Amino acid sequence: MSEQSSSALRDAVVVGGNRIPFGKAGGAYAAASNQAMLTAALDGLVARYGLAGERLGEVAAGAVLKHARDFNLTRESVLGSALAPSTPAYDLQQACGTGLETVIQVANKIRLGQIDSGVAGGVDSASDAPIAVGEGLRKALIKANHARTPMQRVKALAGIRPGDLAPETPRNAEPRTGLSMGEHQARTAKEWGITREAQDELAAASHHNLARAWDEGFFDDLATGFLRLSRDQGLRADTSVDKLATLQPVFGKGEGATMTAGNSTPLSDGAALVLLSSREWAEERRLPALARFVDAEVAAVDYVSGEEGLLMAPAYAVPRLLARQGLTLQDFDYYEIHEAFASTVLATLAAWESEDFCRDRLGLDAPLGSIDRSRLNVNGSSLAAGHPFAATGGRIVATLSKLLHEKGPGSRGLVSICAAGGQGVVAILEGC
Amino acid sequence: MADLMQILTTNPLARQLGVPQPTRLRRGRELPSGPVVLAAVGGAQGHGGVVADSLGLLGLTPQEALVDTPGTRVTETDEDGRTREVPTPYPGKIGAVVVDATAATGLDDLETMRGVLRPALKALESSGRVIVVGLEPESAGAVTAVATQQALDGITRTVGKELRKGATANLVRVDLLTDRPTTAADLASTLSFLLEGRSAYVSGDVLHVGHAAASAAPETRPFEGQIVVVTGAGRGIGASIAETFARDGALVVGIDVPAGGEALSTVVNRIGGQALQLDITAPDAGTRIAAHVAQRFGASARIHTIVHNAGITRDKLLVNTDEQRWASVLEVNLASQLRINEQLLDPDLPGGLDDNGRIVGVSSVTGLAGNRGQANYAAAKAGMIGVARAMGADPRLAERGITVNVVAPGVIATEMWGKVPLVTRTLGERMNSLQQAGRPVDVAEAIGYLADPASGAVTGQVVRVDGQLMLGA
Repeated sequence: MSEQSSSALRDAVVVGGNRIPFGKAGGAYAAASNQAMLTAALDGLVARYGLAGERLGEVAAGAVLKHARDFNLTRESVLGSALAPSTPAYDLQQACGTGLETVIQVANKIRLGQIDSGVAGGVDSASDAPIAVGEGLRKALIKANHARTPMQRVKALAGIRPGDLAPETPRNAEPRTGLSMGEHQARTAKEWGITREAQDELAAASHHNLARAWDEGFFDDLATGFLRLSRDQGLRADTSVDKLATLQPVFGKGEGATMTAGNSTPLSDGAALVLLSSREWAEERRLPALARFVDAEVAAVDYVSGEEGLLMAPAYAVPRLLARQGLTLQDFDYYEIHEAFASTVLATLAAWESEDFCRDRLGLDAPLGSIDRSRLNVNGSSLAAGHPFAATGGRIVATLSKLLHEKGPGSRGLVSICAAGGQGVVAILEGC
Repeated sequence: MADLMQILTTNPLARQLGVPQPTRLRRGRELPSGPVVLAAVGGAQGHGGVVADSLGLLGLTPQEALVDTPGTRVTETDEDGRTREVPTPYPGKIGAVVVDATAATGLDDLETMRGVLRPALKALESSGRVIVVGLEPESAGAVTAVATQQALDGITRTVGKELRKGATANLVRVDLLTDRPTTAADLASTLSFLLEGRSAYVSGDVLHVGHAAASAAPETRPFEGQIVVVTGAGRGIGASIAETFARDGALVVGIDVPAGGEALSTVVNRIGGQALQLDITAPDAGTRIAAHVAQRFGASARIHTIVHNAGITRDKLLVNTDEQRWASVLEVNLASQLRINEQLLDPDLPGGLDDNGRIVGVSSVTGLAGNRGQANYAAAKAGMIGVARAMGADPRLAERGITVNVVAPGVIATEMWGKVPLVTRTLGERMNSLQQAGRPVDVAEAIGYLADPASGAVTGQVVRVDGQLMLGA
């Protein structure tokens, strides 16, 4: 984006956010649907900012695991919320990048002047996952439905074989490789030589930081209790590197296996949203502007051929974003790197420190260098909070915006989220 | 399990079998349907006609009350042909009898009280009102005068217990012989509250109305554009308080603990208010409330009313109560309020309590009477009454027009009360003059009355919202 067109755009700011505490799969929200969770998060946001009955520019959200009936999930949630029914809404899906991608979408519409306000985010339930009928049964039923004569119908249904009756459940696996995300990441961890100790240290820090943030009341205006859950269910304030060290590896094989249930994100349920607007819209309503949306970038890598790791796309997106903004990796007060796995964060940081990677893969003269680790995920991240896929972007953007606002005007934060399909969504926010 | 009381009180057969049926109480800003009659005791006009003038400010033109004397009786013949002497009856039902007894100084005046009340009680409509206005006894002068004024208390409370069909009786004490006499304007909001359905569950109560530098005129939406903060607004009585203030025009900021955010959102979104998730026991809770108000309503905005409603129970017999159980209740139900008040009363704090502002606490009859297993709760609720009395008597607050009061609810039908065992619940609901549980809105209406800009002359008071509970005090 050139300077000229940039100056023609107005600012989009983060007013605030709301999420429900994240539940463990099969836990507190086992019986809650995506729509129920998204509506609860939306109503909490509306109540916090006194928006009952208001028409917002739009609500953009999504879910990765979706029932067929949820084809209009976000719009249905808006209709069930306290917002004016004249608020438009749509679903968007980019795997774990969904939440941040909706933020980019809404922010850009605001910057272009197409809307003045909007809500962005997402929801996911690993508990209330859709289960579909097997492909054979599905095809037979469709054929029977299209049959013109009873004979044709009988014939179609007679084609069903016992094996067709097995249901199809969603799998946490890449369709093109058949490998789970963990198995993919185990390869990357091995390639970058990420140690078990380093992963466990990062996981323990995530839990300790998140617990401290809850204790300090940091989430008092970022979360709304739901179904008797008032804190993230997977949070283990008392965990330690020693305790984590006792867990058996679950991804990868043999000697080099380092990834355990402790340093990998658990399957979770939850919803998270962010309220964005123009500065004027916020000022008119005397609402705060926590942070300004600066810019964003999305990258994708060829993980199918094995040329790059499945979750390494942010390593490519960030340098492109930095170059466009004329910034270095060290120009940030906070780094929010989504903890899909502890090793994902560590491999990404290692890549930026690697002269070879930065030269051969990114085409840079010098490595991006290292970051001040005390600025990384300072109030915890997905390892402790959990990771309802599409909700993670909203959680991170709201958390980072509040941190930046507390830090003061001009402070800068980097968001990096890896996603299935070899994609990576990254963004820069600036404190107001 | 079906509620026994509900079956007994809604089944038509139960009515035929003679099970007493609780009256559906008149509620809201509705005046009695029959006429208001006024009597003066101890002088043609009472003391300077303050009561009559006050009714006039409310747009009411009372009729003259009938007075029963031996010479005015008429003969009544019943179905069996037996005759007896009865007081001259009112031509129809009356809505309320207001007795101005401010000039009552001798025991003869009490005979006039009887004479006024006898025919009036007979003619009183369903959810009718008996309102006696007297003096603060200590200010009445001679011993006989003090005794006469104190006697009004016994009469009014007894009438409250004798009334049926949702009618109530209350005593209002005013200052007329002091250097700060109560004016008609001072009295108007109290008479309005007691006459209207808002006071449905207030009976056998004694309220004091003093004098304020400027008492605003009563209005139907008294809180239009005013900022009202309600703690514990997520459920039960707190939710009703928030809704009632919103009905009367207030901009409501509902506060509840973050864990209760879901319920709070529902309430706040329904009334178009704002949710502030906050643990009121945080040391800086008051300044955080003020900061929220200053940000959301502008730097010059100030709070008109804060309602301290949030509270918890940790019931145990005192012999089994440890320091944690004790402290948690006192912290949430009393200590936090003291801190919040102190912070909000800073006149230089943006978003603090406004001049002519109101502090209203939700105490409890437990604070007046005690309750088995609730020593910690009773301590806090009684403490709140102490806070209201002390702050109500503080001349610095009076100078700023700030009033401090509490309400003391009795048995109120909330979700929480529904969990009390059936027998205890049934007994509790019956052991009051109105023979039913109150509703959360009854508490909310009493709070609205105390917070009303027109109630500047009411401070340091405890308004019992208990239907004249017969247990305890």
